[in-house]
Amino acid sequence: MLPKLFFGYYAVVITFLSVLIITRKNPVHSVMWMLLLFFHIAGLYLFLNAEFIAAIQVIVYAGAILVLFLFVVLLLNLREELQVKRFVGSWPAGLIIAAGMLAIVVNVIKSFTAAPRGIYSIEYIKNATHTKALGQVLYTEYLFPFEIASLILLVAIIGAIVLAKRKLRS
Amino acid sequence: MNDILQSFIGLGSSNPMIKMGIDVVIILVKIAIVVAIALLHVAYATYFERKVMARMQVRIGPTEVGPIGLFQPFADGIKLFFKEDIIPANADKPIFYLSPVIFFAAALTSLAVLPFFKGFVIADINVGLLFLFAMSSIGAYGIVMSGWSSDSKFAFLGGLRSASQVISYEIAMGLSLVGVMIMAGSLNLSDIVTAQHRYPTGMFVIPQFLGFFVFIIAALAETNRLPFDLPEAESELVAGYFTEYSGFRFAMFFLGEYTGMLIMSSIVSLCFLGGWTIPRFVTDILPFLSYVPGIIWFLMKVYAVMFFYYWVRSTFPRYRYDQLMSIGWKLLIPLALFNIVITGIAKAFAKGLL
Repeated sequence: MLPKLFFGYYAVVITFLSVLIITRKNPVHSVMWMLLLFFHIAGLYLFLNAEFIAAIQVIVYAGAILVLFLFVVLLLNLREELQVKRFVGSWPAGLIIAAGMLAIVVNVIKSFTAAPRGIYSIEYIKNATHTKALGQVLYTEYLFPFEIASLILLVAIIGAIVLAKRKLRS
Repeated sequence: MNDILQSFIGLGSSNPMIKMGIDVVIILVKIAIVVAIALLHVAYATYFERKVMARMQVRIGPTEVGPIGLFQPFADGIKLFFKEDIIPANADKPIFYLSPVIFFAAALTSLAVLPFFKGFVIADINVGLLFLFAMSSIGAYGIVMSGWSSDSKFAFLGGLRSASQVISYEIAMGLSLVGVMIMAGSLNLSDIVTAQHRYPTGMFVIPQFLGFFVFIIAALAETNRLPFDLPEAESELVAGYFTEYSGFRFAMFFLGEYTGMLIMSSIVSLCFLGGWTIPRFVTDILPFLSYVPGIIWFLMKVYAVMFFYYWVRSTFPRYRYDQLMSIGWKLLIPLALFNIVITGIAKAFAKGLL
């Protein structure tokens, strides 16, 4: 009963906050609602016994990425920004695409089957601590995808520096 | 600790609902104790700072209120309470109200995972160290949003400076503690302290001197203290992000800043100086020292680090902004990365993997 209540709370609040984020006129207020949203997502991870991911969610998304968003948003001219319409004119097209997506998701849910139980049960993770369990899988079994992800990030960093430098020269 | 309190309340009931209720009450009592004592320490940290700085500058500091000025923090607090609360006409009201609360709450929440002595911690979570990082990055929102919502150029520039400073130094701070995590093999602060006691050096500051150096500098920048207090540089920005705040809202920033200092000092004490334990070689020579309660050692270490803060403040001039950035990115982060590599190799060697 209690877990269901928790999940229900998070599901409802996350949906509600997402709607708030895209409908606020003031972009700074949107960012603040997004901060609250990130906390709720972290709460959802905690609810799944994924304490490491919950902490990283707050540190990386709320602590670094959202502050960078805030940086950009703070430097906007707010008086002009408040006059701009929040939604583009072609919303019927967007609605049709979204409805199509929803139909796909609903159809996919029908063929959903529970995977066989692996060794990573809740008791196992509680014993070994989530950080250790995650680290062991990430750096042995999934080392190759992990390295590819880091390489992609490195490319993005170098690309950003190259673009910034070119602008400085001209 | 919990068992003692459980037996003290003495119900010993088997009903799980009552048991849960007792647990909640115990946690609430613990929170009240920790917050009250921490705020008292914060109040006297301001007094301590004024006295220390005054002595370093050949003055005598506060003397008027109470014996040797001991009641000065309370006088300051009462004064701040009764000041008029001024809100700028063009301020973004909800965010203006919210930002000091976010700043102060983030600082106080960090207290939840700090083990003050053996077994006394409000929330003994496995990712304690990461929780502290998360809370220190949330504190940055209070600063940035207060700067923006005040609708003042000084406050805004202070807020922007602080945002970039906190993001840059958070990386160095996080990386400098990775060496400690590798050596202790845990992110739980209590485990880190007990792991230090197992090592022959007793404190991680000796094998992790690079990490210690990086952390202590990053901690100065993270709490916006001199020589990195550019967000509130008086000569350029009046008071920086809290220029427009007055009365109790200002007091919240003030308290939050000092609580932040207390927490940074506690992290240094727990992760590098052995927390409530003292090295074994010391107790081997002077066995009577092991009877001193752990909280005394912990507080002595915390206040030694606080003294270092004040010492730096009264000694160094403020850095320029570009110097601040180049220290963070070009000196501290490479040093911290180097420290991780060295520690990793040493640990692998000790485990016989190399």
